[in-house]
Amino acid sequence: MRVMAQMAMVMNLDKCIGCHTCSVTCKQAWTNRTGTEYVWFNNVETRPGLGYPRTYEDQDEWEGGWVRKPNGRLALRAGGRVKKLLSIFSNPKLPSIEDYYEPWTYDYETLLNSPQTDTFPVARPKSLISGKDMNVEWSANWDDDLGGSQEHAARDVMLKGIEDKVKLEFEQTFMFYLPRICEHCLNPSCAASCPSGAIYKRAEDGIVLVDQDRCRGWRMCVSGCPYKKVYFNHKTGKAEKCTFCYPRIEVGIPTVCSETCVGRLRYIGLMLYDADAVLEAAAVEDEHDLYEAQRGVFLDPRDPEVERAALAAGIEADWIEAAKKSPVLRLITDYKVALPLHPEYRTMPMVWYIPPLSPVVDVVKETGQDAEDRGNLFAAIDTLRIPVEYLANLFTAGDVEPVDGVLKKLAAMRSYMRDINLGREPDASIPAAVGMTEEEMYEMFRLLAIAKYADRYVIPPAHAEQAHALEELATDCAVDFDAAGSHYDQALLGEGAGYPTPVAVENFRMLQDRQTSDSLAAPDDKASRVNLLNWDGRGTPEGLFPPRDGTGGR
Amino acid sequence: MNVFLWVIVPYLCLAVFVVGHAWRYRYDKFGWTTRSSQLYEDRLLRLGSPLFHFGMLGVVGGHVIGLLVPRSWTAAVGIDDHLYHYAAVGGGLVAGVMALVGMCILIYRRRTVGPVFSATTVMDKVMYAFLAAAIVLGMWNTIAGSIFSLGGEYNYREGVSVWYRSFLAFQPDAELMAQAPIGFKLHALVAFALFALWPFTRLVHVFSAPLGYLTRPYIVYRSRDSRPGQPGSTPSRRGWDRVG
Repeated sequence: MRVMAQMAMVMNLDKCIGCHTCSVTCKQAWTNRTGTEYVWFNNVETRPGLGYPRTYEDQDEWEGGWVRKPNGRLALRAGGRVKKLLSIFSNPKLPSIEDYYEPWTYDYETLLNSPQTDTFPVARPKSLISGKDMNVEWSANWDDDLGGSQEHAARDVMLKGIEDKVKLEFEQTFMFYLPRICEHCLNPSCAASCPSGAIYKRAEDGIVLVDQDRCRGWRMCVSGCPYKKVYFNHKTGKAEKCTFCYPRIEVGIPTVCSETCVGRLRYIGLMLYDADAVLEAAAVEDEHDLYEAQRGVFLDPRDPEVERAALAAGIEADWIEAAKKSPVLRLITDYKVALPLHPEYRTMPMVWYIPPLSPVVDVVKETGQDAEDRGNLFAAIDTLRIPVEYLANLFTAGDVEPVDGVLKKLAAMRSYMRDINLGREPDASIPAAVGMTEEEMYEMFRLLAIAKYADRYVIPPAHAEQAHALEELATDCAVDFDAAGSHYDQALLGEGAGYPTPVAVENFRMLQDRQTSDSLAAPDDKASRVNLLNWDGRGTPEGLFPPRDGTGGR
Repeated sequence: MNVFLWVIVPYLCLAVFVVGHAWRYRYDKFGWTTRSSQLYEDRLLRLGSPLFHFGMLGVVGGHVIGLLVPRSWTAAVGIDDHLYHYAAVGGGLVAGVMALVGMCILIYRRRTVGPVFSATTVMDKVMYAFLAAAIVLGMWNTIAGSIFSLGGEYNYREGVSVWYRSFLAFQPDAELMAQAPIGFKLHALVAFALFALWPFTRLVHVFSAPLGYLTRPYIVYRSRDSRPGQPGSTPSRRGWDRVG
């Protein structure tokens, strides 16, 4: 047994209202640069729908992820090492910019410079790729809220097998939102596809990162990732991907997407797992067993045996404590309501989802029946095969049984909690019907419905004794490459040449201080701070930067 | 003049080549990439890029054999001049035509596809000019010199190759090059200029040919604690930018 820790996330899809705040804040934080206009580390898809990039789930087409060979071993679907090297000069499976969308801006200047005319001047869309006028025909969320679903959603890969049963007419269909980030897989096929070895999994917290200094732009990771969550920066010629906001995670604050989620539907915590068991679990024969197999890889930190092994493996005691309190552990292991996205890709994804009960509830409500009655909901789950089968295609490789189980638990929670909220006698038979105790059900309700910040995000900070190594880690996503290198280098060696500007962890420390300090308006060191509005931009006056050692000296 | 052209210039270029790479690697790891433009355009690239690259691999292999393996060695294993000539010209033609056609497709693509052209740097254009000149001159030497024997017979294995080996051994014999036909001279000079440009262009990606992929484990684990000096770590710098 080789115990490793993994930072993991669970999203409760019932609470997602599709507001795209996570996508927007993520973009503002990480990818609002040239070359990454089309890059969405976080995106929110309407399902049924095509996803981003279009039909990325069709692995017959894109050949991402792993396949199990007849001899029981795993192989990259797009071919092994030799085939990769032979196709290195032109990646046959690379999505083109049209499969994402051609990013554009508007020619706002004409609005300002236009002479007086009879008609309003128009800001024409300009392509950010070619700089020419363009027709906007597609973007990251063109089929949002089932827009144009007759045409688009019908091509949803996950509808295979149930396509003739699903009605896409507005009144009769079902719909939910699926926010997606990088899965930070236990068996990442992007890392396995990288010829340069630039993509790695961090041993401490399992976050999968691209070493920007080692990436040589071979593009194999883009096609290797079945979730298409590695993107190619077309200006710097390097791969970039979701970093799980590691500079924030390292100081114990949640990712930007989680922090800003208005539905508070994301949970972050540690999972301990047995690294030696990963390959075997990823290679089980029946795709339907993959969900169970992955759960089997996880270790329970509350087991003294596991705790001892974890300590022996060098995991710090406070991390083990955090793993015990992990909301992710409770949702995956204890309540068994979270499911992995596309386990059939065999990458062992680590961002899990609680499937939405709302499509079922909506249907019951429309019939005029009581949508919080256990009997009605259970019956609906059993009869409404279409949403359930669709969810199963997403989360359990098509096995409806686990999805059934989760939905029934959520339905039971609804009706059990209604009795409590209405001041009636709670009905112990309701939790019992889904194999839970009353106390468990209530705890699950608290976690899913009203959990506080500290309960939703249990993130042990990285260790202080490693702080020096953390501060300017080499492997950052070069957020500010525009500033790096002189213009001279840019013209000569190409965009982004020269030293990268590292992510300054100090900024995140300041953020954390601000977020966790008692007084927002009047911090202790207010008197010694510099008012940036009065600062003329010259030199570094005392107090411009936070004290290095945290004691006040500079 | 001969000493300048065939001793001083080549060594200068070699020095720039070596020192330039060291500098580029230290200064600009982030810019060390293939600068692929496949995202912009796929159809032409799918044809041109493999043609060009596999052709170039053949061309480089041919040069290694032609320049570094002495005539006496091939003779010793029973390959006479006649056989060698056929193999060299045949192989050279195939590889050369592949590289040339591939390059034409790629240059056409670079010029006509808008996004690709606007992503082209000054260094790219200079590099393309020298690379194209080197390839065309090389093909000229093969076709005009070795097949049609324009300007008389010339066995480069007795001239250019010997000079090149003497150059690498740091005992350059400029006379050997002085006697070579003009085509070979130009080809060599353009090639040396290309070597001097090499570290400052996207050609550096040649030295990143990921052969390690064949032997490394699929999943790479790295510890957060990457001390300076270890692969992939950068020296610590100030965490903010100078203002103004």
